[in-house]
Amino acid sequence: MEDMKEIVRTYVVNEYVEDDTEVTFDTPLISGGIVDSFSMVSLKRFLENKYKISIPDDKATPEAFDSVNKICMLVKEFTKE
Amino acid sequence: MAYTDKTRGMYNDILTGMKDAGLFKQERYIHSAQAADIIVEFPEGAELKKVINICANNYLGLSSHPEVVKAAHAGLDSHGYGMSSVRFICGTQDIHKKLEKMVTEFLGTEDTILFPSCMDANAGVFEAVLTKDDVMISDRLVHASIIDGIRLCSAMHDTFKHSDMGHLEEKLQLHNDKRQKMVITDGVFSMDGDTAKLDQMAELCEKYDAMLFCDESHSSGFIGKTGRGTHEKCGVMGKMDIITTTFGKGLGGASGGCVSGRKELVEMCRQKARPYLFSNTIAPPVVAGVIKVLEILSATTERRDKLEKNTEFWRKGLTEAGLIIKDGDTPIVPVMLFNAKLSQDVSKDLYNEGIYAIGFFFPVVPQGAARIRTQISAGHEIHHLEKALDAFRKVGKKYNILGKTKAEIIEMYGM
Repeated sequence: MEDMKEIVRTYVVNEYVEDDTEVTFDTPLISGGIVDSFSMVSLKRFLENKYKISIPDDKATPEAFDSVNKICMLVKEFTKE
Repeated sequence: MAYTDKTRGMYNDILTGMKDAGLFKQERYIHSAQAADIIVEFPEGAELKKVINICANNYLGLSSHPEVVKAAHAGLDSHGYGMSSVRFICGTQDIHKKLEKMVTEFLGTEDTILFPSCMDANAGVFEAVLTKDDVMISDRLVHASIIDGIRLCSAMHDTFKHSDMGHLEEKLQLHNDKRQKMVITDGVFSMDGDTAKLDQMAELCEKYDAMLFCDESHSSGFIGKTGRGTHEKCGVMGKMDIITTTFGKGLGGASGGCVSGRKELVEMCRQKARPYLFSNTIAPPVVAGVIKVLEILSATTERRDKLEKNTEFWRKGLTEAGLIIKDGDTPIVPVMLFNAKLSQDVSKDLYNEGIYAIGFFFPVVPQGAARIRTQISAGHEIHHLEKALDAFRKVGKKYNILGKTKAEIIEMYGM
């Protein structure tokens, strides 16, 4: 799980952060304005490709994507199935 | 009927909140035709003041050009004031078709469809040509009208970092399984005045079998050797799949816009684009004016050449004065002040010196990137620009920002 968190955190920083904003596992990503709802799609596709899962659109909500911790919990839910 | 005191109070609270946050926009009333010299009433009720306008999109100085005005008068006489119909019922005149053909030739595309505005063109085009099986990949700094158009389209949407070709390529790889991919950019970005790397984007689009879309609103008429736009400057004339542009800026400044590009895509807009289907098109006098604009620009590059010289003079003058400007070679020249209040204060002082230029700050530009956006015109003479430079030097000296670095200005005034 820790590995996954670091992978997701690194992706978020590389993909969305263009200044020196610090991103922790709990940093609010969507509600904090780091990831806009438009750009969420690349994060969803990254997770799907990386972890060989399919996240239904109704599960890929701004709330479910709002922190690294929440994202990893969502991914875990689908990798178990 | 049910507009109660409570409802009124709610909206007044919102508006007060905007004022308190410094986000309330106020109009300045111009009592003359649009030009380099204008007569302004500001604030409301104040004495009229003659000022030099350096914030209009009147890049080619054609907004009040005598030949354009004359052509619009003639169009009014020959084709009337309005059409009282959308295009496909009984709202298409010979001059609408003539203008579409002229734009096609001017931009070097296959076909063109007129829209009431470029805002409407951008609002309608994506939904007309893409479906949920497709993906739109846009630069993160595209114009608000493109963002609205993207929101109205069912295709998947992703973004790439501003002008970052490596990031764009990653996105093209990520979405390579989609039926159609469309890469979306502005030609010249309106806030920073920088230019899209259309040559590199065209190469990537070819490599990954994607379509290329460019909004040329801030470039049509003056970017490129003969003013055709960013695609001419970047050597990709004929390779663009969709261009949208406006007649409300360099191309006469009145109103109207278009989608120009591959003939099938234009036809899809004619069949499906809602702002085209459910709104009147451009009024006859305006159509006649734009036709004259294109005749003028096709006959000579004199105006875009003058604009280029004015821009060089202006950029050099501001830099020598010790002000920080955004790099580039377009007539959009942002003078960076970083602090929102400073940008408002400098704008006010410039106005007192007879120079009309507006401060832009968050949320229009990122936090800490406040600026005065200046826009140069072929309608400016060197004496206009010299006077404006004098004013910038005087106001810059007052605020002690001449020759200062970004860090020094931020230290003095904050972000």
